[in-house]
Amino acid sequence: MKLFKIRGGVHPQDNKHLAAGQAIEDLPMPALLHIPLQQHIGAPAKPAVRRGQQVAKGELLALSQGAISAPVHAPTSGRVMGVGSYPAHHASGLSVRTVTLKPDGEDRWSDEIQGVPDPFALAPEEIAARVAAAGIVGMGGATFPSAVKLNLRTRYRLHTLVINGAECEPYLTCDDRLMREHAEEVIDGVRIMAHALGVDRIIVAIENNKPEAQAAMALAASADPRIRIARLPTRYPMGSEKHLVQSLTGRETPARGLTADIGVVVHNGATAFAVHEALRWGRPLVSRVVTVSGGAVSRPRNLRVPLGARVQDLLEHCGGFAEQPAQLISGGPMMGQPLPSTRVPMVKGSNGVLALTTAEVTRHEPMPCIRCATCVQACPCGLVPLDMAAHTRAGDLEGAVSLGLMDCIGCGSCAYVCPAHIPLVQYFNYAKGEMAARGRAKQKMTETKRLAEQRTARMEAMKQAKREAMAKRKREAAAKKAAETAETDAAIATSGAAAEPPTIRAEA
Amino acid sequence: MQIETPASSAGPFAHARTSIQRTMSLVMLALLPATLFGFWQFGWPAIFLFFATIGTALLAESACLKLAGKSQRLYLLDGSALLAGWLLAVSLPPWAPWWIGAIGAVIAVVVAKHVFGGLGQNLFNPAMVARVALLISFPLEMTSYVQPMPLFSADAPGFLQSVAISLGQPGFDAVSGATLLSHVRTELSQGMSLSEIIPDIAYLVSGAVGTIAGSMGETSALLILLGGLFLLANRVITWHTPVAMIGSLAILATLMNLYDPEHYAGALYHIVSGATLLVAFFIATDPVTSPVSKLGQIVFGAGCGVLVYVIRTWAGYPEGVAFAILLMNACTPMIDHYIRPRVYGRDRRGTPIEYADNAEMRQ
Repeated sequence: MKLFKIRGGVHPQDNKHLAAGQAIEDLPMPALLHIPLQQHIGAPAKPAVRRGQQVAKGELLALSQGAISAPVHAPTSGRVMGVGSYPAHHASGLSVRTVTLKPDGEDRWSDEIQGVPDPFALAPEEIAARVAAAGIVGMGGATFPSAVKLNLRTRYRLHTLVINGAECEPYLTCDDRLMREHAEEVIDGVRIMAHALGVDRIIVAIENNKPEAQAAMALAASADPRIRIARLPTRYPMGSEKHLVQSLTGRETPARGLTADIGVVVHNGATAFAVHEALRWGRPLVSRVVTVSGGAVSRPRNLRVPLGARVQDLLEHCGGFAEQPAQLISGGPMMGQPLPSTRVPMVKGSNGVLALTTAEVTRHEPMPCIRCATCVQACPCGLVPLDMAAHTRAGDLEGAVSLGLMDCIGCGSCAYVCPAHIPLVQYFNYAKGEMAARGRAKQKMTETKRLAEQRTARMEAMKQAKREAMAKRKREAAAKKAAETAETDAAIATSGAAAEPPTIRAEA
Repeated sequence: MQIETPASSAGPFAHARTSIQRTMSLVMLALLPATLFGFWQFGWPAIFLFFATIGTALLAESACLKLAGKSQRLYLLDGSALLAGWLLAVSLPPWAPWWIGAIGAVIAVVVAKHVFGGLGQNLFNPAMVARVALLISFPLEMTSYVQPMPLFSADAPGFLQSVAISLGQPGFDAVSGATLLSHVRTELSQGMSLSEIIPDIAYLVSGAVGTIAGSMGETSALLILLGGLFLLANRVITWHTPVAMIGSLAILATLMNLYDPEHYAGALYHIVSGATLLVAFFIATDPVTSPVSKLGQIVFGAGCGVLVYVIRTWAGYPEGVAFAILLMNACTPMIDHYIRPRVYGRDRRGTPIEYADNAEMRQ
């Protein structure tokens, strides 16, 4: 199909050869699983199990909380060891609420697990509800609850479902392998999602460095004339949702908007597979495929991993380190996060564990910017990274924002090409974080001010009421006194004597 | 097997194999053919001048780094001082005494670069600042050109004679020569017409090949062009600035030539003579002092071309390219302020794109 040109981008060495040839393999069940209750964007799930409780595979461990959230299920059968805190799958290494599960080795599915005989007979809302109940989130790494995206048709006029199989990050091959080995299932999930969205135009977009996946998916999709396979040029960040859609449709998503604004919804291929599992078999999202790769890994592989397995368990299964790694990363080398330790557990959004050697992580000392503008040419968003960085460095964050800081997708193309090795993405992350913090502080201040003003107004009203009451009492007293005097005067006038005591007129 | 790694670093963890040193080295590599040709054409005095210039540039850089408390290891060998010295050297009259090169290098590195804050901070191209300062301060030395006398040819000065020339001692009977530009200008001012001054195409050919009087490294238009194409091929520069500059110069020259062929030379003359190509590919593309957006670079290049034509034709300096560059350097911050790339999802003014069907969909 016809593709449209997108600006910017870079061509990092993809290094996919390390793991691309490795068929998906099951990770042996670790002795313990640490399942965080926050594996998605949105509110953390609320625990629904107690310490010591026996659970079956697929049984609910935690309930979703609020509109944007996802439930968490038991990745295998076993006993709940506790609900405590454990280091999160995050660069900070901070702890989050985590259910620790001791597998019993039986890996027995819950009796309640049941598929739907014909998902296409279900109403769209019903499909979305089942996807929500299965705890499915965007598996490309963004972890946005998928059901929310499947319900977009209520607010947007949609015409196209795009399946993101670009997998443009170097080293990662988990989507490639999944599409090669489970093309039928992925396509089934795609069709179910299209039914839920009510669209009849489906594009499966795969980069040209995955010809086997393209062929397998084309074969699996051949029975459905609505599905087209787009063969994308290999370029980073082709997997960026908005750029992918532009490449396919020629239309740009409006700034601060969603692709739904131009009628397109994008889901990841692995998410489609999870939807297939959830609808056909009733299985919630309890495992995923992860690429373990990098020059420091003895035997790079693609593993099907129960959620909650630790990075360490994966690395050990891959034969440990061939050499001391210079950098451990979760995700790809472009947008991945440094891993604080090998203890952290795998979550729904984990697509890669990379152990890179010193040679792979070329580090240079940063030099001053020479304004060479290679960052400007590389930016897929049309920004001027060097100016944004200069403003950030000078502490002028508003200046950076006015230059488009909030339009930055953090893809790292600018830092990748910078000959001065300036950590541009770090600058922008700092500035974005700082702006968010300032926004929160400002909101808090406005709120405090509002409350204070309300209080002052209330106090004022109370004082006013008091004053009025007082004035009223005074007036009454005065009126009474006047009345009494008048009466007395009248009495004096009529009787001529001051004999009778004054009568109190209560009704005044 | 449990390891803890520092979580200090953030992505991307991959990097293109580029560095400032690599960029600067590629530019110098591109300059090499024209420079070697200049050595051969103008002999030992040119070689001495070249090394006096870049040697002084490095010394001055080192001294400034020491004063500024910056790392010699990181900055001295970043290639920027070496390249500034090199660019200055190739733009000097080849037999200029050594101290011309030395003073120029000090001006380039100290005044034009470090006074502004060092690498990446300068507003003006250091080599061009130095060249203009020298031209104003030492007009005689800066306009004394010699006819090419290829190294080891019979009439070329020997090694010792060359040392004397470099030290500024007269004694060698050099054939002084005017550059194509100054020759044409002088003759035009005498009331000659162009057809009498430039009798045939041979003049232009020698300009292109470089067998004429001129600055040390800019006489051969062809070798400079070769270097420029090398830079384009290696993506050190983009086509926008050089094409805009040469294009605007060529258009203006052609129009004026059509208007009055006897007084205004054509496009080819302007392109092959003087420093046009050297400046178009090596100076106007200087990242530090030129705009960052492609459209900005086109505006900048076009401005350079127009100014080169105006200065050469109507102002007092036939070799006026350096002035043109400095004037446009001064405009760079303004160009960068007004001309920016269009941000994804926004129109040129920065408001989010609206589609016709959008408003309806958002309801």
